[in-house]
Amino acid sequence: MARTAVLGRLTWQLGEVVELVEETTTVSSLVMTVPDWTGHQPGQHVDLRLTAEDGYRTQRSYSIASAPEQGRLAVTVERLDDGEVSPYLVGVVIVGDKVEFRGPIGGYFVWDETATAQPLLLVGGGSGVVPLMSMIRHRAAVNSKIPTRLLYSSRSVDDVIYRKELDQLGRGDGLSVHLTLTRTQPPGWTGFARRIDREMLQEVAWPMIDSPLAFVCGPTSFVESAAEILVSLGYDPRSVKTERFGATGG
Amino acid sequence: MKQSDLKLDGNAVAGLLREIFTVEMTSAENTCAGCGRVHPVGALQVYVNAPGVVIRCPSCEQVLMRVVRGRGRVWLDLTGTRCLELALP
Repeated sequence: MARTAVLGRLTWQLGEVVELVEETTTVSSLVMTVPDWTGHQPGQHVDLRLTAEDGYRTQRSYSIASAPEQGRLAVTVERLDDGEVSPYLVGVVIVGDKVEFRGPIGGYFVWDETATAQPLLLVGGGSGVVPLMSMIRHRAAVNSKIPTRLLYSSRSVDDVIYRKELDQLGRGDGLSVHLTLTRTQPPGWTGFARRIDREMLQEVAWPMIDSPLAFVCGPTSFVESAAEILVSLGYDPRSVKTERFGATGG
Repeated sequence: MKQSDLKLDGNAVAGLLREIFTVEMTSAENTCAGCGRVHPVGALQVYVNAPGVVIRCPSCEQVLMRVVRGRGRVWLDLTGTRCLELALP
């Protein structure tokens, strides 16, 4: 599957939206059925393209949120009010609409659980959790025993994407979920309540002796600071894979 | 917005590079002609806000690739790249 997922000329195809999941007030998942979907690797993305009536076209990349085993293709999109594409995908698109995309794309920021037994450290900021969720869902779908820790930073508890599912999966075997809420915390919150820093990573990350593999995804400044800290803690830079979303998306 | 916020990485041009090379390129290894360091393309610095795409070395910031598209053609400047190593399909 891994080979078919990365080969072949990229062509634009249509996915039919069969379900919309409101994840938070600004974030929705679009679940699509795609004829002849070849499958994907957790961590990959698709390019979505919109064409206006006058022929003007624009495209954006969105991480795949679903596990390869789920059959239907899900992308999770954060609506940015000054964006060009996301306000359409979150707010205008309805079930039954067709969306043009190409993919799956990418081979660097992907997790292949058959290639390594390294314990997994996933660090996500905001919607940077989306490709990590594909890995977590894949891990659950194949009953992988690879020990996995997720450190996920959000502004408030209402901004936590996939909250229920993470809560459920986090009670299972070998996955622990650590949330940090950087702006507001609900009464009685006992988790982290600050931006990711050295102390936090020292507490959550696997010690170097376990030769862990890390995936870090989120806004550029978030990714750079988390990756830098991991390397300063002794992580091999080659084992810290990063994906930067920039300051905004669109 | 700060210049540093505009920085993306090689993942952001995975589609564009696959269009050109027709194979997955983010896992290819790039050797910088400036400092000689080797990085996976996915880990390179990418700026997409210029008229074209500018790809830089994360170690020394030398420009490794520039990609400009238009009128159904693409211009690919690889002056700053000494070597690209990739798996054959």
